[in-house]
Amino acid sequence: MNPAIDVRGVTKSFDGRVVVDHVSLRVAQGEIYGFLGPNGSGKTTFIRMLCGLLNADGGEGTCLGFDFLTGSREIKNQVGYMTQRFSFYEDMTVRENLDFVARVYGLADRTETVARVMREHGLAERHGQLAGGLSGGWKQRLALAACMLHGPKLLLLDEPTAGVDPKARRDFWESIHRLAADGLTVLITTHYMDEAERCHRIGYLSYGRLLTTGTVGEVIAGSGLHTWSAAGPDLQGVVARLTGKPGVEQLVPFGTTLHVSGIDPDKLEAAIRPERRPGTEWQKIPSSLEDVFIHLMESSRDNFA
Amino acid sequence: MSGPGIHRLWAVVVKEFIQMRRDRMTFGMMIGIPLIQLLLFGFAINSNPKNLPTAVVLGDSGPPVATLLQGMKNSGYFAISGRLDEPSAREALALGSVQFVLTIPPDFTRSFLRGDRPQILLEADATDPAATGNAVSAIQTLVSGVWDRDLTGPLAGLAGTPGPADLVIHSKFNPEAITQYNIVPGLMGVVLTMTMVMITALAITRERERGTMENLLSMPVRPLEVMVGKIIPYILVGYIQVALILAAAAAVFGVPMIGSVALLLAASFLFIAANLAVGVTFSSVARNQLQAMQMSFFFFLPSLLLSGFMFPFRGMPVWAQYLGEVFPLTHFLRIIRGILLKGNGIYPTLVELGPITLFLAVALAVGVGLYRQTLD
Repeated sequence: MNPAIDVRGVTKSFDGRVVVDHVSLRVAQGEIYGFLGPNGSGKTTFIRMLCGLLNADGGEGTCLGFDFLTGSREIKNQVGYMTQRFSFYEDMTVRENLDFVARVYGLADRTETVARVMREHGLAERHGQLAGGLSGGWKQRLALAACMLHGPKLLLLDEPTAGVDPKARRDFWESIHRLAADGLTVLITTHYMDEAERCHRIGYLSYGRLLTTGTVGEVIAGSGLHTWSAAGPDLQGVVARLTGKPGVEQLVPFGTTLHVSGIDPDKLEAAIRPERRPGTEWQKIPSSLEDVFIHLMESSRDNFA
Repeated sequence: MSGPGIHRLWAVVVKEFIQMRRDRMTFGMMIGIPLIQLLLFGFAINSNPKNLPTAVVLGDSGPPVATLLQGMKNSGYFAISGRLDEPSAREALALGSVQFVLTIPPDFTRSFLRGDRPQILLEADATDPAATGNAVSAIQTLVSGVWDRDLTGPLAGLAGTPGPADLVIHSKFNPEAITQYNIVPGLMGVVLTMTMVMITALAITRERERGTMENLLSMPVRPLEVMVGKIIPYILVGYIQVALILAAAAAVFGVPMIGSVALLLAASFLFIAANLAVGVTFSSVARNQLQAMQMSFFFFLPSLLLSGFMFPFRGMPVWAQYLGEVFPLTHFLRIIRGILLKGNGIYPTLVELGPITLFLAVALAVGVGLYRQTLD
């Protein structure tokens, strides 16, 4: 089966600043691909190029089988794009918004499709409410419903769950997995680690470059990061003493524990040996995705500085 | 918390200044617009128009006629543009290319010398009473005294009241000099300009400001479809305004409607479209709704002041008249006043529609050009 997204060397710069730098990405059909990276890393720009909102400066490849540089009209017809900021009409009702989208796509059985999509996304009872009066979770449902109206083959979701409560987030991910099971491909950006772990594959973008990609396990293994966890009193003192020591690259407090990570396991162990004092419990743990991401974030050069 | 609030007030003041400085365009407009307006309107506006173009139909050109024409020139109110025959003088008056037609009957000189007090006919385009008023009083004074220096010897008896010639003034198109007849049709153009430009300028800027533009552009709807789709409802709104104003003009103000209303409605289409195109262009340039409003105003004020709506067009210096010719409102005023008050037909209307069409084409081209650029 052809991949839904298969692009190579995608590049985009604004005013001489490279925002997306030779990104190559391949996403299989029916896959949920998570796009992670700090703010300003180029995730949104990359997505906008995929759906034809921006023209790429360079690169080649296909999106849904169409040349992504020249086929943006065909691509737009089969892509659902959910913007980072709620971008439907707040002074129109749920149904009016969906009707508008259905008309733009020229859906033949508009009334029927709108009714079905509202049912599927639990919006039926709120069809007469103004979109502007909906809470964050419901706005997100409306946006997802609007993206799904025309039966797209690819969903591009730009931080869809930002500012949404945990219950609504869980419902949202259930919908996404259900849709992917039916063959829909999903490219989603997020800052939440638990969401990254719900993706089939993830990629980490930093300053326009795709630093790593693979399943969560592959990404963690590929980072070569070793992590120790410390629990006990005076973790602040541990942080103060370990900062800057050879082998210690990262000190991250996680509530009552402290994660100490480094690439070289021997140097790392040597560094924490003096801290193994009574009352403080040290444990070697597998690095978490968050450890890996913070490591990636701090070790990638900031070309905007 | 309830202590003296001056530091809180100050915090807001400082913040406003920072934001004002950051929005360069708005700041520039706050400084630039008043300055431009001051210079522009200060020099351009003149409520005592002089050098009004005057055609003469000469049935006779003896010495008293030459004296009269010289006197008219010297008064400063009349610019004698040339001799015409009667039909073309009428047409020039209908087109508005001359403000006055002066007719000297044949045998004027002989009747004049015989003391028969021959008639001089001055026909004035009085659609705008303010434009002709001073010139008419000037010629009245002139006729009673212009020949006094020549009337010596045997002719001395002709001098004095009631004067050697009889001046007949025909205020055409608005004989009673009712200001409303001029203002009310003009208001239709003004109202259309104001609402059409402002509404479209805001309509697309709002879309961008609220972030709905991004969503719109990610769907397979083309830029031109978005623009035209946004314009069409307002064309309808424009026609509702036209209908309301025409009804009020007829029922409340009793404005005569001599020409074809259908022709007026047809001509209005291009005028409305031209204003909407300006609005679309503004909304492509403006980054927020405030800027869009300012730009609309920047367009609206000179339209209002330089079009001949507020002040007589011919009262302005030549450079300001050229500037005034750019605005669609200038031409629309001539069209609507021409059709309603003069009963103008298709030809004089087409003459004024030409510049409006040109304006529309340029505005649309600029609008579409700028709109595409903002996609990327």
